[in-house]
Amino acid sequence: MIQDILKYQYLQYALITSVLVSLVAGLIGVIIVEKKQVMLTGGIAHTSYGGVGLGYLLGFEPLLGAFIFAVTAALGSNLIKNRMTGVSDVIIAIFWSLGMSLGILFIGLIPGYPPDVTSYLFGNILSVTTLNLVLMAIITLIVLIVIVVFFQDWRAHLFDPEFTTIRGKRTKLMENILLFLIAITVVALIRVVGIILVIALLSIPAATASLLTRKLHLRMILAVLFGLMFTIFGLFISAYTMLSSGAVIVIFGFAVYIITYLGTRYLIRVKKVEAV
Amino acid sequence: MSNLIQINDLCVKYGKIEALRDLNLTINEGEYIGIIGANGGGKSTLLKTILGLTKQYKGTITYNGTTLKKSNLSIGYVPQTNELNRMFPITVEEVVLTAKIPLKKSFFYRYSDEDHKEVNTVLEKVGLSKIKERQISDLSGGEFQKLLIARALALNPNILLLDEPTAMVDIKSQKQIYTLIKRLSREMTIVMVTHHVKDITKQAGKLIFLERNILAEGDPEEVYKYAYLKPVGVLNREPRSREVTRV
Ligand SMILES: Nc1ncnc2c1ncn2[C@@H]1O[C@H](COP(=O)(O)OP(=O)(O)OP(=O)(O)O)[C@@H](O)[C@H]1O
Ligand SMILES: [Mg+2]
Repeated sequence: MIQDILKYQYLQYALITSVLVSLVAGLIGVIIVEKKQVMLTGGIAHTSYGGVGLGYLLGFEPLLGAFIFAVTAALGSNLIKNRMTGVSDVIIAIFWSLGMSLGILFIGLIPGYPPDVTSYLFGNILSVTTLNLVLMAIITLIVLIVIVVFFQDWRAHLFDPEFTTIRGKRTKLMENILLFLIAITVVALIRVVGIILVIALLSIPAATASLLTRKLHLRMILAVLFGLMFTIFGLFISAYTMLSSGAVIVIFGFAVYIITYLGTRYLIRVKKVEAV
Repeated sequence: MSNLIQINDLCVKYGKIEALRDLNLTINEGEYIGIIGANGGGKSTLLKTILGLTKQYKGTITYNGTTLKKSNLSIGYVPQTNELNRMFPITVEEVVLTAKIPLKKSFFYRYSDEDHKEVNTVLEKVGLSKIKERQISDLSGGEFQKLLIARALALNPNILLLDEPTAMVDIKSQKQIYTLIKRLSREMTIVMVTHHVKDITKQAGKLIFLERNILAEGDPEEVYKYAYLKPVGVLNREPRSREVTRV
């Protein structure tokens, strides 16, 4: 296995990718799970398919298209939500389906044979290009810096944004920054698990970590480690079996979550018995 | 007694829903005001508007005769607990510490010894200093309410706005919270929204009966009588003018 890694560049790229996406997915995943924005993130991910289609149609990098669509959807949905009240899940549904439809339309408009979009829909960690890698590295760096440097502010904001507003913090700005970070995280994850499974890589490591600790920063660290475990496992299974990396990552992650859940439940029961 | 907050002709709408209409209210320094009224009567909206959380409203609010920012007024706020995520991973002390994050230059912020000391003082005031390491998900309803009061106090407020601090709290904790607020009312101006009409009537210096507009205002006993001797369903009617309803 080590020899293979040293020998094949695509394996090296895939490994670096694992590290990068685990970092962003861990940090942002814990935040969206706490903020109950998993569905919003799913919506942003699916909207970005429109950008992938546009990229293919006009001949530029599809991930760049995904980036534009994801950021527009994230900030746009917030703008609309601030103007209207109580319709946020409808807005998500509209963005979600509109983005997918545009993607299908754009790809249908391409003359000749349609391009193979499965790696965007389902992800393939083994087909990461140098450009993808650079893009992911930049995204990871941005997310890491913004979250870590302002950690105290983020924690206060996530717990009670109203209170931070009263204190005079720029809550609206923070909200938009967070949505921007979610959007670029989605873009970073598309190559690995695909548009359809993005929310799995964001929610499963975070949810598993939440079973083990009740400290926000430890949750983030654990979520990163779980993400690393899931993606590297998926990477090797898919490298040696040709199975889809995205699907393997999600199913393996789900299994680890269940085992962790049962394990912690068992420990709690045992402890209670001891206490009696 | 100086005039701390002056509200003139305040109207607040959420889309088509009119939450407050033509409301006039003066909050004087040192007052202890209770606000009662039916669900949906606009009590929370009034507090939020005073805090500057409601952006779209008509009318004017002045703080010490000027705007909120220029007034140097520190307003403490205890929100309705059902608006907060009780499962959020954060400890008692960390919640109160959020009041100490500086407004600017908060990057890589680490709380100072001073911050910890001040937070400890307010936690002692509300009786939570023994459980400051505890996660908020492990608190009882009463303890969580006291925690929110402590966080508001950590801002060293001149005026404290409380939104139903005794809802979802058992009788014993209700008593403790009322005693606490009574004690605080000697140090600062208090405005408290509550559905526990009897308790607030005993304590407050002034009671306000609010349903879209102020329907009655003044001596707590009188307002209490007014609110309870009147038929239900006021919300569906046009609000009557204050002079007429003062009985
Ligand atoms: N964010 C919002 N969006 C839309 N309508 C709102 C919003 N907040 C309040 N309302 C409406 O405004 C009216 C006043 O609500 P408010 O929360 O101020 O009442 P309240 O007196 O605090 O009620 P309660 O006793 O139930 O807490 C209600 O009709 C409510 O439905
Ligand atoms: Mg209310």
